[in-house]
Amino acid sequence: MASLASLSLSISTAPGRPRGAGSVTATRRRRMNVVRAKVREIFMPALSSTMTEGRIVSWTAAEGDRVAKGDPVVVVESDKADMDVETFYDGIVAVVLVPAGETAPVGAPIALLAESEEEVAIAQARAQALPKAPGQATPPPPAAAAAPPLAPAAAPSPAPTKATATPHAKKLAKQHRVDISKVIGTGPHGRITGADVEAAAGIKPKPNAPQPPRSAAHPAPPAAAAARQSAVLPPVPGARVVPFTTMQAAVSRNMVESMSVPTFRVGYAVCTDKLDELYEKVKSKGVTKTLLLVKAAAMALTQHPVVNASCRDGKSFSYNSSINIAVAVAIEGGLLTPVLEDVDKLDVYLLAQKWRGLLKKTRLKQLQPNEYGSGTFTLSNLGMFGVDRFDAILPPGHGAIMAIGASRPTVVADKDGFFSIKNEMLVNVTADHRIIYGADLAAFLQTFAKIIEDPESLTL
Amino acid sequence: MSTAAAASVSAPAGFASARGAARSARRAGGIRVCGLRGEAVERRSLRISQAAARRAVVARAAENGAAGSGGFDYDLVIIGAGVGGHGAALHAVEEGLKTAIIEGDVVGGTCVNRGCVPSKALLAVSGRMRELRDEHHMKSLGLQVSSSGYDRQAVADHANNLASKIRSNLTNSMKALGVDILTGFGTIVGKQKVRYGKVGFPDKEITARNIIIATGSVPFVPKGIEVDGKTVFTSDHALKLESVPDWIAIVGSGYIGLEFSDVYTALGSEVTFVEALDQLMPGFDPEIAKLAQRILINPRNIDYHTGVFASKITPAKDGKPVLIELIDAKTKEHKETLEVDAALIATGRAPFTKGLGLENINVVTQRGFIPVDERMQVMDADGNVVPNLYCIGDANGKLMLAHAASAQGISVVEQISGRDHILNHLSIPAACFTHPEISMVGLTEPQAREKADKEGFEISVVKTSFKANTKALAENEGDGLAKLIYRPDTGEILGVHILGLHAADLIHEASNAIALGTRVQDIKYAVHAHPTLSEVLDELFKAAKVNSGVSHSVNEPVAA
Repeated sequence: MASLASLSLSISTAPGRPRGAGSVTATRRRRMNVVRAKVREIFMPALSSTMTEGRIVSWTAAEGDRVAKGDPVVVVESDKADMDVETFYDGIVAVVLVPAGETAPVGAPIALLAESEEEVAIAQARAQALPKAPGQATPPPPAAAAAPPLAPAAAPSPAPTKATATPHAKKLAKQHRVDISKVIGTGPHGRITGADVEAAAGIKPKPNAPQPPRSAAHPAPPAAAAARQSAVLPPVPGARVVPFTTMQAAVSRNMVESMSVPTFRVGYAVCTDKLDELYEKVKSKGVTKTLLLVKAAAMALTQHPVVNASCRDGKSFSYNSSINIAVAVAIEGGLLTPVLEDVDKLDVYLLAQKWRGLLKKTRLKQLQPNEYGSGTFTLSNLGMFGVDRFDAILPPGHGAIMAIGASRPTVVADKDGFFSIKNEMLVNVTADHRIIYGADLAAFLQTFAKIIEDPESLTL
Repeated sequence: MSTAAAASVSAPAGFASARGAARSARRAGGIRVCGLRGEAVERRSLRISQAAARRAVVARAAENGAAGSGGFDYDLVIIGAGVGGHGAALHAVEEGLKTAIIEGDVVGGTCVNRGCVPSKALLAVSGRMRELRDEHHMKSLGLQVSSSGYDRQAVADHANNLASKIRSNLTNSMKALGVDILTGFGTIVGKQKVRYGKVGFPDKEITARNIIIATGSVPFVPKGIEVDGKTVFTSDHALKLESVPDWIAIVGSGYIGLEFSDVYTALGSEVTFVEALDQLMPGFDPEIAKLAQRILINPRNIDYHTGVFASKITPAKDGKPVLIELIDAKTKEHKETLEVDAALIATGRAPFTKGLGLENINVVTQRGFIPVDERMQVMDADGNVVPNLYCIGDANGKLMLAHAASAQGISVVEQISGRDHILNHLSIPAACFTHPEISMVGLTEPQAREKADKEGFEISVVKTSFKANTKALAENEGDGLAKLIYRPDTGEILGVHILGLHAADLIHEASNAIALGTRVQDIKYAVHAHPTLSEVLDELFKAAKVNSGVSHSVNEPVAA
């Protein structure tokens, strides 16, 4: 890397600084690696492994502000939460490339950071020269915030694609922050037209930004077919069309993705009389019914680890070392699943405390990635609405999800033929049949029911 | 007068004996009618009806001792019936010169048939098309346009019909005034001798006291570019508008390329400019060029590559698009290959001077241009003036504009008629008919500064925006800039540049001022009608501050 840098240095000093606005960016990019010390790019970070693009909610630092390493500069809305993005370097925010309200793909530059006053002008000139996302060659790093730019001589490869994009397409690409070298051209002779860029920007982009190109071709036909199918539906007169927010789009994507997993459902009726009594005792200490159920599920999972596993690659069990239970929380305009980690190891009071904190963050959409992405089992409770039973859709990456209905007084007959009224709660678990079989799930539910019906152990 | 008439009757008779039989038809009341083509008969009849006027003119010329006594067929023969030749011919007839004009292709030349006229027709269409399609603009005026479209053939016909009409107007005007239109390609075979003839017909030789070469220019196609007239073409083909491509690359961003980009983008195409220099629109004042880029290029579906040559262009065939290979202008390394639907070559025009027989008179062309001095007199290979031989218009390369050609022609005729005349090229305006238009006269700011540094004077620049003009705002066309470059010590106007609505019409106030030597302080208080666009120039003149403060030239002696 050092030798490359010095080689580029000798090349870049030869030609004069000022270059025509339309000159090819190849030499500019080479120079960018060297001059990297002076003008840096702030990239759209990947806030989760499933994030492909993010929307800028607001800029904390404005053009011209001086920032220090670690200062938050922008708030980005990902598919799950709003996150503060910090800068890794000191400098002056020279140019904001993507204004608030607009989206950019993960890895695309969203602002230019100049080291000092002099470089601000260079940064502005660079902003004029239409920087295409050099980060498209690098997969988005799993952690948060601006990873340093790594554009190895990918310069020649975008050039031929650029030549076959029409002027209108290039303008739209710049406007909508679409990386034009990723757009598939459908115009004559394979050129990229304005319509292609709009399709890439307007309709949600085909979910393959971090994936290698060969799989890009694969989801394209079904996506196209799906698009065609949905396009066939005529609009209902008087309907109001509201496009998805990032979160809603993520939910939609996840649900569609889970359709490819073979699932089955097992229901169980659990008597909650004793649980209700326990709840009365502990609710003053801030423990909610849901938390008790979460703790019960965790305890059952310790005895049935396969239900806590997942099938990630279609051919193996992936047993999780911790039991992290995600709880579905409805918020305005969306759905989030904050995760309580290591539930089996914590007592209900500690859980309650953690939960309160998580809930607050969830409502403000300030969850950190580990707070919403690390779940191994999910719990969804619609009992508060009076729902008696429902079944949930398995979130991707999970083995099972438990759907809990309301606890209602029910007439129950015992084996001697006597009727009594007990509070019964219908629980339904959806599981991935690739790893969890009927007997596994039934056994788990039996354990769960036993714990609920004898809940003293919950508060231990 | 009667004596003159009497004299004139005999004079032509004297002429007749000196000339060939074919000429006899030209005599008023000539006897020999046989062997003549229809048009010659028509000419004769026209001539008879204007015989009196003609005779008076010829008599005047005879008295002046011009043609006739020299034994030449004509006083003036012009090779090329384009704008330059036409302008010269009309003025020559006014001055009483017996004039003939030789044309090998079509009367009107490039301007009428392949240049100014059809391009302005297309630009008129494109201007309207652009306005109608600009929903935002229409809405702001309160207008609704339901749908706008165009019929390509009808647009092309408009341009063609206009060209035909102007061509016949030109021809008739020359015929009506008694200019002999000779068909064929002219060649100079010796001093004051011209041969002309059409292919397949015998050549004719005529003698002329003075000869003007006005053969014009043709589009220049650089090496490596293969023109097929359909997908790779020059302005000649483009003006026929045989098709409107989806994506056209225009090689060259001068005024021709710029005007075509205006036409094509208005008709729905996308344009890519290929420019060899580092800046687009290199010939314009840089400030105007920058604003022009913002108004004429950035908001339209136009992108560009500067600093590159199109080293090879292959026309489209077998379903493949037009391929344009771009190489860096300095390093000559390959940069990229464009794949477009069509390519327009607008890299300038080359003079059309082959086959003129210049070698017979020891004249050597420079890159095809005929070397002339400031009086348009042709210079031979040794740097001497070739007497009685002039060259005007694109063929001499001094200022390749139609009106420059006719101005040069008039200048030459003035000299032939005995009055010395040197044309001030700095007073000739130029215009680019995009929407909005661009026009200029005189020097650009860098040129003015260079001259100022060299000759040791100061220059000042005043600018005004069209946004301050009531009429422009009423039309909602406030985009524009006007700029005046002048000498604050004398008030001399060095240059005026305008970008905005009707710029091409507005420039003449400034070009007149430069031509007449009017100074800023002299026209500051001239009144302009309100509200008109001309007030933009009024603003410029009023904003200009001249230091002297006196209304007479500083060079005049103070003491009486």
